[in-house]
Amino acid sequence: MNPEHAPLIEMKNIEKHFGSVIALNGVSLEIYPGECHCLLGDNGAGKSTFIKTMSGVHKPTRGEILFEGKPMHFEDPRDAITAGIATVYQDLAMIPLMSVSRNFFMGNEPEKKFGPFKLFDHAYANEITMQEMRKMGINLRGPDQAVGTLSGGERQTVAIARAVHFGAKVLILDEPTSALGVRQTANVLATIDKVRKDGIAVVFITHNVRHALAVGDRFTVLNRGKTLGTAQRGQITPDELQDLMAGGQEMVALESSLGGTV
Amino acid sequence: MSDMADAPASDERIKQTSALRKALIRPELGGICGTVIVFVLFAIFAGDSGMFNSQGILNWSIVSAQFMIIAVGACLLMIAGEFDLSVGSMIGFAGMMIAIFSITLGWPVWQAILVTFALCVAIGALNGIIVVRTGLPSFIVTLAFLFILRGFTIYLPQLIERKTIIGGIDKAAEGDWLAALFGGKILKGLFAWLGDAGIIAVFERGNRAGQPVVDGIPMLIVWALMLVAFGHFVLTRTKFGNWIFASGGDAQAARYVGVPVNRVKILMFMFTAFCATVFATCQVMEFGSAGADRGLLKEFEAIIAVVIGGALLTGGYGSVIGAALGALIFGVVQQGLFFANVESSLFRVFLGVILLFAVVLNTYIRRMITGER
Repeated sequence: MNPEHAPLIEMKNIEKHFGSVIALNGVSLEIYPGECHCLLGDNGAGKSTFIKTMSGVHKPTRGEILFEGKPMHFEDPRDAITAGIATVYQDLAMIPLMSVSRNFFMGNEPEKKFGPFKLFDHAYANEITMQEMRKMGINLRGPDQAVGTLSGGERQTVAIARAVHFGAKVLILDEPTSALGVRQTANVLATIDKVRKDGIAVVFITHNVRHALAVGDRFTVLNRGKTLGTAQRGQITPDELQDLMAGGQEMVALESSLGGTV
Repeated sequence: MSDMADAPASDERIKQTSALRKALIRPELGGICGTVIVFVLFAIFAGDSGMFNSQGILNWSIVSAQFMIIAVGACLLMIAGEFDLSVGSMIGFAGMMIAIFSITLGWPVWQAILVTFALCVAIGALNGIIVVRTGLPSFIVTLAFLFILRGFTIYLPQLIERKTIIGGIDKAAEGDWLAALFGGKILKGLFAWLGDAGIIAVFERGNRAGQPVVDGIPMLIVWALMLVAFGHFVLTRTKFGNWIFASGGDAQAARYVGVPVNRVKILMFMFTAFCATVFATCQVMEFGSAGADRGLLKEFEAIIAVVIGGALLTGGYGSVIGAALGALIFGVVQQGLFFANVESSLFRVFLGVILLFAVVLNTYIRRMITGER
């Protein structure tokens, strides 16, 4: 994180109510270019609601979103994508039956003129796909290989590469590692590291403290719709993070009975 | 971490696939095999029955072309993840509307055809809007329209003309520019020349002696080929085609990247209705009449042709060329059984058996594509 940079996104006192349920009760957060900001919290802490507010799926009930210093009002996810906020969802990133290149350009198809028609430029799409996949360290048999043949980690990586290629300034990753094995998780974390070094802000949602500490620059913990504070890298130990996430007390008791394995 | 990221030379766990296997893994495989088998079988069992002379070929070509027209619409819609069970009723309804407009109301035939197209495509859009807005399965919504449209098709002519078949459209359509686009024939000169050259059969006596028995290619076949070419082009070569695949593959994932899924689905319902209306118009022009029972069970035949052609019932995968081959298989078998002197009710047995085979084969192909076990 470079302090001389202005924050890319500022979320100020975001509240979100669903009927009588208060999902978010005044959450504030700044995200800087080139940082990996980990958003931690247990199930039901409001992580998903918070990032959906950031990516335009939900409108905040109260509070303000500043993007590059200007107030933003996203009507739908499309607005957020256009502004440069891309979200990669855990299991909804890719369509298994379609080829990698068709997936990669889904919604952003390149076109070339052919007489009066506009054609999907397959040659260009295939070339770019192979190039981007090589950069991310994925070796495809060919651009027409179906996404279904890729592993879960590779699918996440393709989705991240896609968002970066189409000019994302902020990349929101919703629990990208929660369903993955050790090696695949390592791949995804390496991808996050690579993307961050290109100056893209990464918002990494997880409830795995070790994954967060592996790549995070700053850590914000949500609990019951509120922020419990943001910590810098090196200022917090894994145990402290774990306790914050679980809400302190009961975790200590539980952990001792489990012999410190959680 | 970095060593695997930097040196992805080759993955020892991805088996090299042979070119043959790669060529086989395509949606059209079932359709291609089926077509070859069917032609070989009938060449053996009905080769000398006249099935493959000019009239015979025209005979099964027309039937196949009918299947093709509705299969193209059903195919694109199924790839977009939806069904339309109202196709058959739509055929009956569209034909009846043309008859009522042109005969009962006395409109010029071109006007009757245009208004019918607008009406039917609007009903297709309504189908789509209901499905998209309510989130109900298209299966149920279009099943409702199957009954609604069929009901009107039987009720309206009885109310207006006190009969279930309205005739006389052929006379009304004489010289009509638009009707000729559906009921006419092309390449008459070529067929006259072929007849003169002795390549195809000519009438031996009567007032048409010397003229070829088959005197041109009906517009029905032209429409079928044009729709197949159009559908294949849109699906594989355009941005919209990618959206069709994406909408059927996973609507939510497609929405997240900005594909207008609802618009795609509604447009496909409209296109299916358009294809059904083309079928109906050609049929009305050919018969010169509209009947309340036209198009019965056509929706299922269209869906079966599409499935034989390799499309998945769950959407997101399929081929227009495959669906066209499925339709060709249908037409050849239906007419071929007649040429081979086989009881024609056996056609239904054939339909059921081949449908089962197609679905099993498709499931296997999909597993090979996605690598799932």
